Order: sequence, then structure tokens, then C-alpha cells
Amino acid sequence: MLKVENLSVRYGAVAAVRDLSLSVGQGELVALLGPNGAGKSSTINALTGLVAPSAGRIVLDGQDISRVRTEDRIRAGLTSTPEGRHIFANLTVGENLRLGAATRRDARGVRQDMERFLALFPVLSERYAQAAGTLSGGEQQMLAIARSLMSRPKLLLLDEPSLGLAPKIVVRIFDFIGQLKAEGLTLLVVEQNARQALRFADRVYVMSSGALRFDGPPSGLADEHGLLNLYIGG
Amino acid sequence: MDYALQQLLNALAFGAEYSLVALGLAVVFSIMGLVNFAHGEIIGVSAYSVFLAAALGLTSPIVAVLLAIAAAALAAVAFERVAFRPVRYAPTTTGLLTAFGVSIVVQNLFMLLISPKPQSVSILNGLNQMWFFGPFAVSSLQVMELIVSGLTILALVLFLNRSTLGLAIRAASRDFATVRLMGIRANRVIATAFAISGALAGIAAVFIMARRGSVSPDLGFSLVLKAFVACVIGGFGSLPGAAVGGMLLGFIEVGLLVALPQEYGGFKDALTYVIIVALLVYRPEGLLGQRVELGDKEI
Repeated sequence: MLKVENLSVRYGAVAAVRDLSLSVGQGELVALLGPNGAGKSSTINALTGLVAPSAGRIVLDGQDISRVRTEDRIRAGLTSTPEGRHIFANLTVGENLRLGAATRRDARGVRQDMERFLALFPVLSERYAQAAGTLSGGEQQMLAIARSLMSRPKLLLLDEPSLGLAPKIVVRIFDFIGQLKAEGLTLLVVEQNARQALRFADRVYVMSSGALRFDGPPSGLADEHGLLNLYIGG
Repeated sequence: MDYALQQLLNALAFGAEYSLVALGLAVVFSIMGLVNFAHGEIIGVSAYSVFLAAALGLTSPIVAVLLAIAAAALAAVAFERVAFRPVRYAPTTTGLLTAFGVSIVVQNLFMLLISPKPQSVSILNGLNQMWFFGPFAVSSLQVMELIVSGLTILALVLFLNRSTLGLAIRAASRDFATVRLMGIRANRVIATAFAISGALAGIAAVFIMARRGSVSPDLGFSLVLKAFVACVIGGFGSLPGAAVGGMLLGFIEVGLLVALPQEYGGFKDALTYVIIVALLVYRPEGLLGQRVELGDKEI
């Protein structure tokens, strides 16, 4: 589904991502872990095209999208829920969901999806006509993920879905992520919270200082001596 | 009574015109952070299009109005495509200087290709008549300014709240990158914002031509300056702020004109700005502006 070859991202003299290669297979949930500043978000932003990589290739479904604009990558089926949620605070919950479906033309399907997410997250239904900025952090994260799903993506990139949320809420969010995987969605989840991210992960990559340090099954991560502690801090 | 009514109508009509032009500035600023000082030249292109069409034999005022609006929308989109798109990601001062550049180039084109002197345009004079309601005489132009501006703002509100592109414009005013993550094309959102901005300027151009009966290269300049002030009063980038700021400016100006004794009439502008400065001391972000939180992490 997604293949990244020798990706590098630079901000001036600073190399945020160095020579990163990874792949995500159809129906897989892949976790990309690492401490703050490891280059995880830069990787995601390079995948969506919001930052231009200095080198490397990004291939989605056999198609090189390295030079494709962000908007057209989304239209090609890759969607991202950005770090910090970035819901449209000045728009209502319903308007946020509508914008998520902006690329779709099947009004009926959009309505069905909307009803599905509103049933799944009753709080979004209660606050449907309210400004999304009034939602709590956890509710905003639900909205952000639902908004991403409104485009019916083939591949969903989730950047730090646990950021700033209470542990209980984080468990709920990851329950939902597990459910998405069970429904057949392909996911790449970037996290600092390794415990939650590993619950449903098929494979794990660990990054630090812009480079890949580990690549393998979640069980391998536990075996490697002290790796979890070393790179993730717990 | 007649006098009070007349002044009220004056204030409303001036305010409505400021609001229209201020909204045009605000809709572009809100999503791009660009203060488009070439907005006056969009009004100019609109007016000169009507002037040229009339010179070539156009006689229908309705066609002239449609032409004015269409020409302004096209000019705004063209300015974006040619001048502003290449500097879209540059620092905001670059955009500001580009806007000044466009303004100077276009104004000089009017002077070179047509004339530095005002040119008479009479095709829209029919809009400016006296209407009599019993004992009251009102200017038809002022009534139309008020009604048309009101309807235009209503249409804009509906567009921004109902259509996907309108929602995208509102969303882009806070977070353009995430709008692109929805698969919505940035170029389309920006071109639409410019087209709206231009159409609003075109409507203003119709009113100016109907009132003055002439066009000149600096036609829109003073109006855009006022609109800029209206935006500052309302809070730069806020669309409701632009509309409210424009109306308030109209009322302040006319109010001072009424309140000041004749021999002090010359102080009208000075006092207007004193009031605005006082207002900004208490609300530096404008009436409806948002305080910007600095230091939030960008994606």
C-alpha cells in the first residue's frame, strides 16, 4: 500500500529525517514510535506533502506520489489526522465532518457515513450544531479521526492521537483505532505512548534523531534489551 | 425630522459602502494574511471596463452593472494568479509590497492607456434620482446602496455557511494546512476568495460611478483607505468585524458632520481618527477581532 524509500527531510541545516525507509501493507496497522523530536511528525508531513522532502521516494499503491500536491494525495486515498487534532474550531461539528467529505460526490454515502460516526460518538451528535472549539480534547480527537474517515481513505495516518489526553480517553481512542483495523482500514500510527500503540500493531518502527532504529514485530521490540526504555522512556 | 432621516440614510449608505469594500479586504486577508492595497485598482478596472463599454456603444445600465461586477471579479482573480500566487508563501511584507506594486502599475496603465484626467461616464446616472415619499425626498442611490449591500452581505453569509467552498474559506482563515488535508485545493479556495472580494468591489464601483458620473485613475483609493480603517475597527480578518466596522465608520463620520458646528467641519476626519484611536486603546484587536495566541505549535 505505502512504500517509503530513503526519505530525508531537512529544515535548513537541520536534518529532521535521514534516509528513512518503511512500508505499510494492505490492512496492516503499523506503529511508528519514538521520543519527542525524533522526526515522526516530519515524516508524516512529508507523506502528506505539507513539507517537501529533500530526498527519497513515496509510493502509494504502486504510484510515485513524491511530487504530487497534498490535495491530490488526499484524493488518491491517503489521509492524515494531524498532531494536535487541528479541528476547525470556528466551524460546527457537522461542518467539520462535511469538510472531511469535501472530495466526495456521493451525497447519500456521505450522509450514511455521517450518521454512522454520529451514532458511534453520541457526543458529536449532541454537539452537532455547536462550534467544534467547545469540545473537550478527547471529543476533538474523535471528531478529528471521524473527519479524516469521512473521505473514505485507503490509508489513514494518525499523528499522536494520544497527545494531551487523559489515560482513560487514550484507551478509548485506541479501542476505536483497533476497531478501524478490524474493519480492514490500513493505518500508520505515530505515537509516543508505546503501550497503547502496540496493542493492535502488526509491525513497529522506532525512530530517534531522524533515523530508524528498529523494524520488526511488537514482540521483537520487547525482546531487544532495554530498547523500549532507551528510545521511548517506558 | 426630514433632516434627521436624511442624515440617518447618509450614515447607513456610507456605512454600507465601506462595509462592502472592507469585506472584500477581509475575505482575502482572513485566509492569506494579505492586505490587498490593490483593491482600489480592482474597483478601477471595473469602472474603466464600464467606461470603455459605454464608449463602444453600450447603453443598457443593467448590462453595465453586470459587466462592472464581472470585470472586478475577473481582475481580482487575475491579480492573484499573476502577482500574488508567486509570493504566496513569502513573508507578509512581500505580499504587501506586491500589492502596492500592482496598485501603481495598474493606476499608471489607466493614465497611459486612457487618460490621467477624469472621464465622464453617464450610463449609470439613472440610478441616482430623487424619490419622494410624501413629504420626504430621498436619494434612490442611497436606498439602493443600503438594500443591495444588505442583500450582498446576506448572500455572502449564506455562501460561507452553506456551501463546501464557503466552509473551506472559513476554515482556511484559521488553518489552511488542515483544509488542504481535507483534499480541498488551496488554489481553488484562494481564487474563490479573490473572486468574492472582486465582486464586492465591483458593486462598490457601480455606486461610485452612479454618484460621481465619472471615472479617474485614483477612483478607489480613498474608499479602500476607509475600508482598511473599517477592518481595523472591526478586527482585521474578521468578516463580521469588517461589516460592523464599515457601518460604524459611516455613522461616526456622518455623526460628526451633524454634531460639529459648521466652522469646525474641517476637523471631521481628525476627530474620526481620534475616536478610532481611543477605541483601539481599549480593544487593540478591534471590536470583533481574535486575540492571536503566539507560540502554538504549527503542523
